[in-house]
Amino acid sequence: MGRYFAVRIGRAALTIVLVVTFAFIVLRLSGDPALMILGPEAPPEVLAAFRKAWGLDDPIWAQYFDYFGAIARGELGRSMRDGRPAIELVLERIPATLALTLPAFFFKVALGVPAGIYAALHRGSGIDRAVMMTAVAGFTVPSFVLALLLVLVFAVQLGWLPSGGQDSWRHAILPIATLSLGGAAVLARFTRSAMLEVLGQPYIRAASAKGVPWRKVVTSHALPNAAIPTVTILGFMVGTLIAGAVVVESVFAWPGVGRLLVVAVANRDLAVVQCILLLVAMTMVTSNLIVDFLYGFLDPRLRSKGAHA
Amino acid sequence: MTPLVSIEDLRVAFNGVPVLRGVDIALQKGEAVGLVGESGSGKSVTWLAALGLLPRHAQVSGSVRLDGRQILGAPAGELDQVRGGRIAMIFQDPASALNPVLTIRRQLCEALVLHRDLQGNAVKAEARRLLDLVGIPDAGRRLEAYPHEFSGGQVQRIMIAMALAGNPDLLIADEPTTALDATIQAQILELLSTVRRELGMAMVLISHDLGVVAENCDRVAVMYAGRIVEQAPSIQLFADPVHPYAQGLIGALPPLDGPRRRLTAIPGTVPDPAHMPGGCAFAPRCSLVAEACGLAAPTLAPIADDRSVACIRAEASRRALLGIAAE
Repeated sequence: MGRYFAVRIGRAALTIVLVVTFAFIVLRLSGDPALMILGPEAPPEVLAAFRKAWGLDDPIWAQYFDYFGAIARGELGRSMRDGRPAIELVLERIPATLALTLPAFFFKVALGVPAGIYAALHRGSGIDRAVMMTAVAGFTVPSFVLALLLVLVFAVQLGWLPSGGQDSWRHAILPIATLSLGGAAVLARFTRSAMLEVLGQPYIRAASAKGVPWRKVVTSHALPNAAIPTVTILGFMVGTLIAGAVVVESVFAWPGVGRLLVVAVANRDLAVVQCILLLVAMTMVTSNLIVDFLYGFLDPRLRSKGAHA
Repeated sequence: MTPLVSIEDLRVAFNGVPVLRGVDIALQKGEAVGLVGESGSGKSVTWLAALGLLPRHAQVSGSVRLDGRQILGAPAGELDQVRGGRIAMIFQDPASALNPVLTIRRQLCEALVLHRDLQGNAVKAEARRLLDLVGIPDAGRRLEAYPHEFSGGQVQRIMIAMALAGNPDLLIADEPTTALDATIQAQILELLSTVRRELGMAMVLISHDLGVVAENCDRVAVMYAGRIVEQAPSIQLFADPVHPYAQGLIGALPPLDGPRRRLTAIPGTVPDPAHMPGGCAFAPRCSLVAEACGLAAPTLAPIADDRSVACIRAEASRRALLGIAAE
């Protein structure tokens, strides 16, 4: 068991290093931050001074090692735009993002999982078909389309809710709804197919043959098995809590991490972008690790395999 | 005497395709009956239907009585009492018939709590006793293990323990040894007949292995294409099969003694359930077929005290077997 997780943690660390490296390379190759920030009309000596100040005139490998050395010391650099520490800029946006993504996560689970279970238990019924049609729609419609659709109906036509901004809790309703519906659809589909797969297993019939009432067959035999694949997708959703709202925050002008990312990329504000990517990579990797732990908890077969590994 | 279980005219169809076409069979208390036939002949479906274990889209009709009481279409609560409590069932692939994420203790105690008036420590003690009974060593510790930690033969023993948990009057063993090694097969069959003798339990042994059935059952019913075509005491059926299909099955077995002979095969294949021939389903493959065979499906009719056969050519078929020239 210990080695199983040591391997996983090592892999997680490697993933973070790769993400950071990739971000570094792509951003350095995609344009000159000095030009982006100071503008093409800036005098050459100003540009040169800016490059020198930020270390942009060093060879790229030197920048890379400096950057990693800094991260190892816990220094994530300063925003090139306003000189504040990048981490500060990012951290102050996190509450706004979580104010959308945490309730959305709750609604995804609260809607998607029961809908999927119900659909599987009543396979082929009208409700099953309705749930699946909604799920396919929610699954295929991109979130910006859904967001605009909701704005059109509830903000423009009905005038019930504001279309953007962050002034009151009412401003959060449409972004949360956008995030929840798409996620709930994905979860409903996953849960339904996991549940159908389990319900077709011989041990379900064997439990019925023992005289276990159907309700109990579902709760104590089917659900614990269907939870295993469902946890995978839940882990993925936890991983997107920080950065999962880039599009939705942009549409609704919500000042969260996602919008900060969009602005920072547009401005080539390297330190901020790297800081966000590092944070996202870390949440993703952490939630994957949690999923691995949960597998061990949910599935005794993995537990003993881990013990032998 | 009221039979323990009597099934009459049991019919099952999936999406309009009939797979059971009127099954009649009765079982006495403590009796061991073998049910043989090819895959798809309806051996398992008969008992799954009787216990209401078929998927919802299956259309089931007919009558299944337990101690004279109708259980086909009985309310769920009543069926839950019958399943495991009166009639228990074990399955072909034991490894997949146990829930992989629950301990043996939970699965075994579940059955005990449902069907026996046991509480607290008594449940666990009984679970341990059952594991001992079916020959799982170190039962106390093994209760906390998960199904994947046992071998195939052990898992089938655990399934048997679970089936015994409710003190059933009838055990349906659906191909209990098909998925196991030959040596383990013998042990499991031995265990089944031991517990059956000790507990006075009736048993239906579903198998396509005639040898297994001959050794373990008092009586045999042969199924073909969703019907029982012949039933007889085991000894008689093997010595003197009447239905041409039963003759074919037994003719295909190599004899242990006597001169070596060429094994006979039944020509043709089992008819597709969606396109059953009119009349006798076996007629297209039968060497004794007469014109009347294509007109109506023969009913299972008694030919002796405890034998019955569904064949209008039964007499001719018997003569053919005995080498008496047909007039």
